[in-house]
Amino acid sequence: MTVAATTTGAGARPVRAGRRLRAPAWLGTVPFLGYVGVFLLWPTGILVVDAFKNSSGTWNFGAPSVLFGSVGRSFFIGSFKLCLISAVAGAVFGALVAYAVASGKPDGTVRRFALAGSGVLAQFGGVTLAFAFQALIGPTGLLFHAGWYYSFPWGIALIYTYFQVPLMVLVFLPAIDGLKLQWREASESLGSSTWQYWRYVGGPLLAPAFFGAFLLLFANALSAFATIQAWENQIAYTVPQAISTSLSSEVGLANVNAGAVLAFGMIVMVAVVMTGYALLQRRAGRWLR
Amino acid sequence: MAAVTSLGETPLAAPAGRPRGMQRSRLRRLNAFRYVVFTLFGLFIVLPLLALLRFSLEGSKLGTWSVSAWKQIVSYPGLASAVSLTLELAVITSLVMLALLLPTMIWIKLRVQWISRAFEFLCLLPLTIPAIAVVVGLGPVYNRIQHYSLSALQLFWVYVILALPYAYRALSSGLDAIDAVTLAEAARSLGASWFTVMFRVIAPNMGQAILNSVLLTGALVLGEFTIAYQLLFGTLQPTLYSISRNTPNAGVIFSTSMASLLFAFALLMIVSYAGRRRRRG
Repeated sequence: MTVAATTTGAGARPVRAGRRLRAPAWLGTVPFLGYVGVFLLWPTGILVVDAFKNSSGTWNFGAPSVLFGSVGRSFFIGSFKLCLISAVAGAVFGALVAYAVASGKPDGTVRRFALAGSGVLAQFGGVTLAFAFQALIGPTGLLFHAGWYYSFPWGIALIYTYFQVPLMVLVFLPAIDGLKLQWREASESLGSSTWQYWRYVGGPLLAPAFFGAFLLLFANALSAFATIQAWENQIAYTVPQAISTSLSSEVGLANVNAGAVLAFGMIVMVAVVMTGYALLQRRAGRWLR
Repeated sequence: MAAVTSLGETPLAAPAGRPRGMQRSRLRRLNAFRYVVFTLFGLFIVLPLLALLRFSLEGSKLGTWSVSAWKQIVSYPGLASAVSLTLELAVITSLVMLALLLPTMIWIKLRVQWISRAFEFLCLLPLTIPAIAVVVGLGPVYNRIQHYSLSALQLFWVYVILALPYAYRALSSGLDAIDAVTLAEAARSLGASWFTVMFRVIAPNMGQAILNSVLLTGALVLGEFTIAYQLLFGTLQPTLYSISRNTPNAGVIFSTSMASLLFAFALLMIVSYAGRRRRRG
């Protein structure tokens, strides 16, 4: 009893007493800030500055001409197509799976297994994923040889869908869980059909969360590099591939640092998409909570 | 069909959680929908993995079975060293990540709360700067480090950055789950130093979160390709990639892929299942 009393009584004081130290408390975060500064902010700064210089080091503001010139544009269009297709496929299929999971028992085996599996598979990408699909539908594929396996964007979009669907399940499931049973009952008691419920109640409620998740999937596909590189490395279709090529060969576009310009354009693109995602997430939180 | 039967118990059990008012026809439709979706999803997920497994067990003649590709993992030139390099990197990255992130997060939680939003922003920032973009600016930074050390192990410097968002989320959920401020006040009032507070009071209370952050970091390092490939380091993924370029359909790339996948799956499964148990308890 006495111990407890002393503890609570003196509780706040030692923490305050720490202020007697000369050094302000935020100094404790300096190692972390230094690390992030050197290995994240500095490289990013270098690439942004390089994007506005040419290879000999003088300022050059020809970046837009690379980004919007015919070659640069083709990479961005390629990336856009691939991200759009894989994100649409992943979002639609993933939403259906999420609904199927959510309509089961809240703590059932299926739900637990689907969640754990999605958590694992959403991380699964890279070289090995391309090998798996090569073994399934590649030129010597086990299931069949898909003639379109090496066609862009459909072949690679199918491969990307493999990690997009589980990511969608993870991101979208909480939104579906937020749909209250009472809303459905209320609309049914007012005589609505299933279609009307989804059209006027469920759909509008889930829409912000759905499009937010779609944007997250889009950004996810945008920055993926390993899978597409292992799938096909002869021709560069997307921005990450173009960056990789421009880094390893000096055969570049005109007299600007093509790699830095493309990377800069890509960061801007991801930042825009992720901002949209954050805004939609906030909007989605208004009802579903 | 197999997937349908394996799910057999769920639709029967599902009505129990449903309100009695639910129409029978709707329930039947819902169950049919669930069967179809789970079957398709299951096939889509499982088939590529099965194909990968089958290819890893392919004999010298097409259609035969053999474990030679699995035996080759240790003997294939350059592969074993790539595996051990990657495992070492995973360990180093996890340790550095912990040493960097854990004390900082506890310190911020206890003493400098006003910085926490900016801190979270920094931790999640790598999600919006793709690895392929970071690598563009990384060359000059690594050129400076190379004056001191030339080993491929130095990749850990940037891998810590890549792991930051995932490790941060894992640790922060663990830190939020305990009343760190009260614990710290109690310990301090009993005369504990800040070091004791961090490593003997708070850290032991978030063991699961620390384990999760380490496993996530390890899985990330195992699967990392972009940066190692671009900086010409022979970790596991770039090595597999170059083998597949030089000898397409070499059995060893499928067996090694399968092995590394199983390993990563095991790590991540621990996270998924352990995380669930903690949330319920």
